[in-house]
Amino acid sequence: MNTEQTEQSDINSPSKTTNEAVIEIKNLKKSFGQQEVLKNVTLKLLKGENLVVLGKSGSGKSVLIKCIVGLLKSDSGKIDVFNKNVNILNRKELDELRQKIGFLFQSGALYDSMTVKQNLEFPLRRIKKDLTEKEIEEKVTEVLENVGLADALHKMPSQLSGGMRKRISLARTIVVDPMIMLYDEPTTGLDPVTSDEISALIIEVQKKYKTSSIIITHDIKCARKTANRMVMLAEGEVLLEGKTADFENSTNPIITSFFQ
Amino acid sequence: MKNTNPVFKVKSFATKQSIKLSEKTMVKTASASNFLTDLADVFLFIVQFFRETFSRNFEFREFLRQCFQIGYKSLPLISITGAIIGLVLTIQSRPVLIKFGAVTMLPGMVAISLIREMGPVITALLCAGKIGSGMGAELGSMKVTEQIDAMEVSSTNPMRFLVVTRIWAAIIMIPLLILYADAFGILGSWAGANIKGDVSFFLFFSQAFSNVKFMDFLPAVIKSFFFGAVIGFVGCYKGYNAGRGTESVGVAANSAVVLASLLVIIVDMVAVQITDMLTS
Ligand SMILES: Nc1ncnc2c1ncn2[C@@H]1O[C@H](COP(=O)(O)OP(=O)(O)OP(=O)(O)O)[C@@H](O)[C@H]1O
Ligand SMILES: [Mg+2]
Repeated sequence: MNTEQTEQSDINSPSKTTNEAVIEIKNLKKSFGQQEVLKNVTLKLLKGENLVVLGKSGSGKSVLIKCIVGLLKSDSGKIDVFNKNVNILNRKELDELRQKIGFLFQSGALYDSMTVKQNLEFPLRRIKKDLTEKEIEEKVTEVLENVGLADALHKMPSQLSGGMRKRISLARTIVVDPMIMLYDEPTTGLDPVTSDEISALIIEVQKKYKTSSIIITHDIKCARKTANRMVMLAEGEVLLEGKTADFENSTNPIITSFFQ
Repeated sequence: MKNTNPVFKVKSFATKQSIKLSEKTMVKTASASNFLTDLADVFLFIVQFFRETFSRNFEFREFLRQCFQIGYKSLPLISITGAIIGLVLTIQSRPVLIKFGAVTMLPGMVAISLIREMGPVITALLCAGKIGSGMGAELGSMKVTEQIDAMEVSSTNPMRFLVVTRIWAAIIMIPLLILYADAFGILGSWAGANIKGDVSFFLFFSQAFSNVKFMDFLPAVIKSFFFGAVIGFVGCYKGYNAGRGTESVGVAANSAVVLASLLVIIVDMVAVQITDMLTS
């Protein structure tokens, strides 16, 4: 959890990335009524990398990742996940694809009527059907320890603080060991210590399970720590794509205001 | 921007508000012209419901949980109302029947009106309030807080898990609640008859049921299933299709109650017409 460790893993992880793309988005377009949210987005997520997506509020970052898992239908353009076009899959194929993708919702989206334990068991029982009761219990305890909330097992979501909900929701996402992780603002609203822990956890997940991740964040500290590559969205298009250094050296006023 | 003149402030506030207002009316007219697409939505919802019902993986545990929620949790409300309706009905009709010298018909008359009309309709209206609004609010808040999306990405079909189970639970539990209300109504009626007279429970019961024919029961039971279906469908549809933002949870719950109550009355009217046609 200390910074030394995370910096080290930051240096190590890029070497593991290959050039194989797990998500490939071409000329994605999405509007709601009159409002054009995404005009022309083209980007790739490579195998094993952490891609940080930046952009100001309302720039369509959440919409982008919802299109990736098929929660929203894009108007035009192509989204390939593991070389399968998300837009033309039927329900069953989409379900199979979604089992490989972990999605952390910006709002947490914990099931209000279930305890923390039931929340974590829900995706486990439905995605990994061959686990025994004992394995399920072990897995649940393990991820809860990872997010530092082992004692919250029998609480209801309404009894948790905002930051705790966020962490439980992160635990629920990683419990099924997805191959692709989509984090929607994993550290927003958390204190600096917990934020650092979450950043470290994101890196740990990447290393341990070889996941490829898209991380949406406003938290530059988290972005610097976790990113192998960054993308900035503005006006429905990709404004800049590159390494952390490219962003820090940029003279574009939108980007500099993020990085000062 | 930096103008601090109060008159200017008021003016700019007023323009902003009027712009907002005109936007709202635009939205209203747009939604009115969307009536046909709404109708198509409802149709699709019903088709989806049947398709998911007959798919292989019925969520049986969730269905049982919903039966418990809908049935068992409504028992206190239904018992109290049922008993009071029976009591009041008896007290009200008694003087009239005495006037016509037909007081012995009291138990039978109350039993028939309870079983044919009062029991089903009043219970269904109560359920529209309690269960319809509950479904609307619960599913609505799940929609707004992205819980339904979360289910979808953990490869669970929310239509199957949330909607199908709730609607079937309503279709099965509401008729049972109605029979239960009828029973409590007759108990209440017996209590009412005992305020001014002295009838043994056994006598009262046999008098009540000697007048009730099978054809009083059957149409009431059949229409109860439709009441259950209407309440389940409306509650789930309104909740499942709630908009974005927390205020739409309230809207969903409220419109679920209004529409479900209205439809209960309409279904009742249609049912009475059909029964009348078939039996006369
Ligand atoms: N389901 C929807 N229906 C209508 N409009 C939507 C919908 N989802 C998103 N929008 C609109 O799309 C725009 C982008 O939303 P999005 O949630 O992607 O922003 P964001 O980049 O994630 O912002 P933030 O950083 O605040 O989360 C917003 O203007 C929003 O109003
Ligand atoms: Mg967002």
